[in-house]
Amino acid sequence: MSRQISFGQATLEAMQYAMRRDDRVIVIGEDIGWGGSFGQFRGLLDEFGPQRVVDMPISEAIIVAASVGAAVTGLRPVASMSFVEFTMGAMDEIVNQAAKLRFMFGDQVTVPMVLRASDGTLRSSAAQHSESLEALFAHIPGLKVVAPSAPADAKGLLAAAIADDDPVVFLENKKIGSMRGDVPEGEYQVPLGRAEIRRPGNDVTVVAYSIMAIHGERAARQLADEHEIEVELVDLRTLVPLDIETIADSVRRTRRAVVCHEAWVSGGYGAEIAARITEELFDELEAPVTRVGARPTHIPFSPPLERAVVPQHEEIVDAVLRVVAHRRQAV
Amino acid sequence: MTRDLRSIHRTMVRIRVFEGRVQQLFLERKLPGFVHVYTGQEAVAVGVCAALRPDDYITSTHRGHGHAIAKGVGLDRLMAELYGKETGVCRGRGGSMHVADFGLGMLGANGIVAAGCGLATGAGLSALYRGSGQVAVCFFGEGGVNKGMFHEAANFATVKRLPVIFACENNRFAQYTGFERTTSVADLARRADGYGMPGVTVDGNDVIAVLQAASDAVQAARGGDGPTFLNLETYRFGGHFVGDAEEYRTENQVNAWLERDPIPRLEAHLRSDDTLDSGARDDVWSDAALEVEEAERFAEESPYPDPAAALEGILDRR
Repeated sequence: MSRQISFGQATLEAMQYAMRRDDRVIVIGEDIGWGGSFGQFRGLLDEFGPQRVVDMPISEAIIVAASVGAAVTGLRPVASMSFVEFTMGAMDEIVNQAAKLRFMFGDQVTVPMVLRASDGTLRSSAAQHSESLEALFAHIPGLKVVAPSAPADAKGLLAAAIADDDPVVFLENKKIGSMRGDVPEGEYQVPLGRAEIRRPGNDVTVVAYSIMAIHGERAARQLADEHEIEVELVDLRTLVPLDIETIADSVRRTRRAVVCHEAWVSGGYGAEIAARITEELFDELEAPVTRVGARPTHIPFSPPLERAVVPQHEEIVDAVLRVVAHRRQAV
Repeated sequence: MTRDLRSIHRTMVRIRVFEGRVQQLFLERKLPGFVHVYTGQEAVAVGVCAALRPDDYITSTHRGHGHAIAKGVGLDRLMAELYGKETGVCRGRGGSMHVADFGLGMLGANGIVAAGCGLATGAGLSALYRGSGQVAVCFFGEGGVNKGMFHEAANFATVKRLPVIFACENNRFAQYTGFERTTSVADLARRADGYGMPGVTVDGNDVIAVLQAASDAVQAARGGDGPTFLNLETYRFGGHFVGDAEEYRTENQVNAWLERDPIPRLEAHLRSDDTLDSGARDDVWSDAALEVEEAERFAEESPYPDPAAALEGILDRR
């Protein structure tokens, strides 16, 4: 059975199941006692008490460090920051501790923790509350990175992230937080590292995640209706580990790929995906792999400027049309 | 207490002899990387760890060999780690700055200043939640009190009354820069006042005083009274790292502290109450020398990790 609930509620269900199943799971972060912006922590304090639902000072470094310390001594903490920008105050602890300890100490310990943060633009949140910083995390060995787009995936992926023995950065786009979708009842996991084909098609592969997978669906409908172009939309769901097999299988058929994210194009995770596609399929590509992402400046406050910098479905449509129009020169 | 003090003496001597040999091996280019030795500060690690249960936790610093030995890590696997060998405590993946033995509650030396304050706070949170009765000690240098992590950890540990002991190992120098030039209070115990945490200044070269202060702090932490800040005043006999030219301090200062060497002070005490005669004392030193020799042979004869295993302990990125 499934029913329509929001992304935030879906992650709340994952938290409830995980905490009821395993008393090693605790949640630690800013403003969790009152329930969170998307209701993602609502009721946890009442059900599980202040020892398991730990309201923290606005001290990002100790939120992550204490989670790491608790993780290496037998707990499975879920740490939460309201905005991904705030993780910058804990980047030392994320990069130098959470990501490294298992390796650096010769595999004698694991760091089973989840770091949740909301990212992306929403109604002029401006430069310090709008960014998508997944590339910073994806670059670091030892971190897994998850960025779902659908509420059902968010529930299953959060359950899988909590059950995972390595630190997982779980990114929740602000625009998606209140979006509703079909979510199965009961407890289940969506395995980390597996992409999903959200829409099959034969003309071009669009690789996206988080909010851009939603923009990608709209772009795909428009391209089918107006241009008779059938997009295959691959929703990555997990960035690290990367499901390169699903991407490559799709691009091998379509021979064209557009990679999309809300983060900056330059140095973005799309560059990694594009490079991997090119390395595996260079001889089969009909067109250069094209990227869609934010333009290289900070996210502006003023609504028309924000729109000018951050891509939506129109930019995906344009990119697909360019890629489809490209004809390979005969050698 | 007498038996404790003899065991404490033995551990301090083992650290002294181990570190002396490590320094020599580094200068002979037998050890990769660089090393920070603990010589002169033995009373701090050994005095504090003597106040702990075997299952209590410690976190350590870049100068961590002494803490590891005091928590019970064997010299052989420690030496092998310094060599980068597969038989090392971290199978050669960590090296001198990252020695750890989680089975002994030694949650790792750490190359990031004050990082251990946060990890120990998390370990304390975990112990309190699990009701295990364990405490967590973070060792950190006086340089660490100027890091944000110390302040975030001190506030949080105090507000939640976590079983944590902040053991500040005040050896006067943050790398090469004197404490007076970088730190706004002369008596570091006052830093604890701002967090409502008890702060105690202790002669860190008097192992009996360290043991007493640490025992009080441990009792408070285990009893639910929250953390204590220990300002353990000591001195680094060597440079910041082996090979440091040490141009930032005077011979007079070094000599004054050498006169307060914690090991002869303890030996004088043990002699004065007939706990340790000179024959027994000499045995402790020669046993330590033999043990270090054995550790060195073990490390020398151990294999390096297989390069094919370079990605072990890291997730499959695909």
